[in-house]
Amino acid sequence: MAKALSPLQRAQTRLAYILIAPATALIVLIYIIPIILVFLASLTDYTLVSDYFEFVGLANYQKMIGDAVFANALSNTFIYAAMFLPASFLISLVLAIAIQDRKQFRSLLEVLFFLPVTATLSAMALVWGALLDSRQGVINSIIQSLGFAPVNFLGSENIVLFSLTLISAWSVIGFNMVLFLAGLTAIPKNLYEAAAIDGADHPLDKFFRVTWPMLGPTAMFVAVTSSITAFKLFDTVAILTHGGPGRASEVFLYLAFLEGFEYFNMGYSAALSLVFLLIVFAFALAQTLFVDRKVQY
Amino acid sequence: MAHLSLKQIEKSFGDTDVLKGVSLDIEDGEFISLVGQSGCGKSTLLRIIAGLETQDAGDILIDGKPVNDTAPKHRNIAMVFQDYALYPHMTVAENIAMPLIMTRLPMHARLPLIRHLAPSHRRQKPEIDAHVASVAKQLHIDHLLTRRPAQLSGGQRQRVALGRALVRNPQIFLMDEPLSNLDAKLRVKVRREITELHASSGLTFVYVTHDQVEAMTMSDRVAMMQNGRLLQVGTPNALYADPATMDVARFIGSPEINMLDATIRDGALLFGDNRLPIDLHNTGKVHVGIRPEMLMIRNMPDLAYAEAHVNGITTRFETATVEDLGPEVLIHGRLTSQPDTDIRIRAQKSASYGTGARLAHNRHLDVIIDPSRLFLFDEGGKRLHPALEHAAIPMQLETAGAA
Repeated sequence: MAKALSPLQRAQTRLAYILIAPATALIVLIYIIPIILVFLASLTDYTLVSDYFEFVGLANYQKMIGDAVFANALSNTFIYAAMFLPASFLISLVLAIAIQDRKQFRSLLEVLFFLPVTATLSAMALVWGALLDSRQGVINSIIQSLGFAPVNFLGSENIVLFSLTLISAWSVIGFNMVLFLAGLTAIPKNLYEAAAIDGADHPLDKFFRVTWPMLGPTAMFVAVTSSITAFKLFDTVAILTHGGPGRASEVFLYLAFLEGFEYFNMGYSAALSLVFLLIVFAFALAQTLFVDRKVQY
Repeated sequence: MAHLSLKQIEKSFGDTDVLKGVSLDIEDGEFISLVGQSGCGKSTLLRIIAGLETQDAGDILIDGKPVNDTAPKHRNIAMVFQDYALYPHMTVAENIAMPLIMTRLPMHARLPLIRHLAPSHRRQKPEIDAHVASVAKQLHIDHLLTRRPAQLSGGQRQRVALGRALVRNPQIFLMDEPLSNLDAKLRVKVRREITELHASSGLTFVYVTHDQVEAMTMSDRVAMMQNGRLLQVGTPNALYADPATMDVARFIGSPEINMLDATIRDGALLFGDNRLPIDLHNTGKVHVGIRPEMLMIRNMPDLAYAEAHVNGITTRFETATVEDLGPEVLIHGRLTSQPDTDIRIRAQKSASYGTGARLAHNRHLDVIIDPSRLFLFDEGGKRLHPALEHAAIPMQLETAGAA
């Protein structure tokens, strides 16, 4: 049974709606309506070069299933993610633990490792392009001076995804490290003292008995945000490899970009974008479900 | 069980000298409290005994063996932290089992995943579980074994912390203000449980607290600290009845001791318009301490009064407020002759309390000051021991016996 609202309650309810109205309007305008428009576009054969289009139902999604180019982009993305995730996660965790106990230089090291995060990735991609160049690159000069054969970092089908992983990891490690540092700082010191008295004073014991379990929520957050970052790979591909050599570095978002703005298949591109959105949404959902539940120690 | 010996322990953090040469011998099976205001160094001393901090100078000996460079886990001590420091991600059973897992299993049997392959893990697990269960039963927390610390009340967490300390069969039990996070009623209960635990285990207990009531009620001996030094070490009664300094007299005892400014001149103690002959060579200013229950009120039917046992001088007292404590009253006011100093008197109610001349209606009372029950301190706060002329013999014997 609904209770009758007093005038005061009614006035407060009205005020509440008025107060959230601007934010709601912005969210609808910036997120909801574009998503709906993209969904509608994905049901058409709309191209950028023709004003005429008609609804084709789910044909764009069906096309995806049989499309070798799509399968290639998806597999490239997963291979890249499989390298990027452990690298960005483990290296930043090790760095955070190593830096945490330092009394001297801690803030200096934090700043140094965080610097790449503040740099513009597209500009840094060009720098990396120069460093990794197969003929004049500094890195290849070093490799050659050590007596090894030069490596074609960005021009070899087998290595290009690895090179892209290297650049992305470099750009994101500082960020993850700061997240881990925050997580580590939040662990009460007396847990380590209790552990020392209980006999867990070996670094491995300290890590597995105290640090790692206490770091759980942070670790989950880092894993999820890194996964989303992995699927968002675009800048370095667009600037350095254009999906090449062959289609060896054509990843999901880059394919969506190609279909839309190079081949003008807006309908198909819209469908790809929606699938991308679903994948990211799945990760975000996982984070909300697992992380938020685990935080309450 | 172990004998613990501290020799000239010094410790500083940066420019701050926290411990300035503390020496203390703690007997096998003794319950000793380190008491003092916050910042006096008592917790640091405990952490040095535990091995969580390293002293800058001095030695720690357990059963005569120096343990200065011994890791905490090898000192055979157990510690209960102020906020318990339970592992929040482990169940109660896992928390209690932690010291056993660490001591009984080799490294490879402790690592995640790999441990399931280790035979020692499988062999030891039932034993460890049984040990944990028996300790839990002893502390009445066996129904909580599968819960996590966040799901427990303060008192239950306290027991888990005790369990984790007990399970390892330590020689020395260290406690850092273990009752400070409990409510008043629970504190009294757990206080008794800890005392009983001490009695039944026969272990050496070192107990840090800022609460003199805990120190007095639980300990065999109390070590009072201030500014990184030990002021006095002795039985609770010795600290109460025979304080070595003014700070000890002030800290021990509740309500706080009354302190009056006085002067010694021509072989007499002068305070207000009172004059007590005194056998002391000092002259000049002194502080006089009188415990609130040592002041007797004359001719007040509301209060129990044993005039026959009291010698002394009578002086006028003005009542400000009266607090009813149940069996006793606490009277706040001041001596007419010394209106600047607040005085507290604690007195037993008589059987006819509230029927006769009302205490609350009498603003002026006659108070007897028994010279044998005064503590005299010099201006630096050091105790002076005079032989007061009016001293009643039995009292004198009592204080002398405690000294």
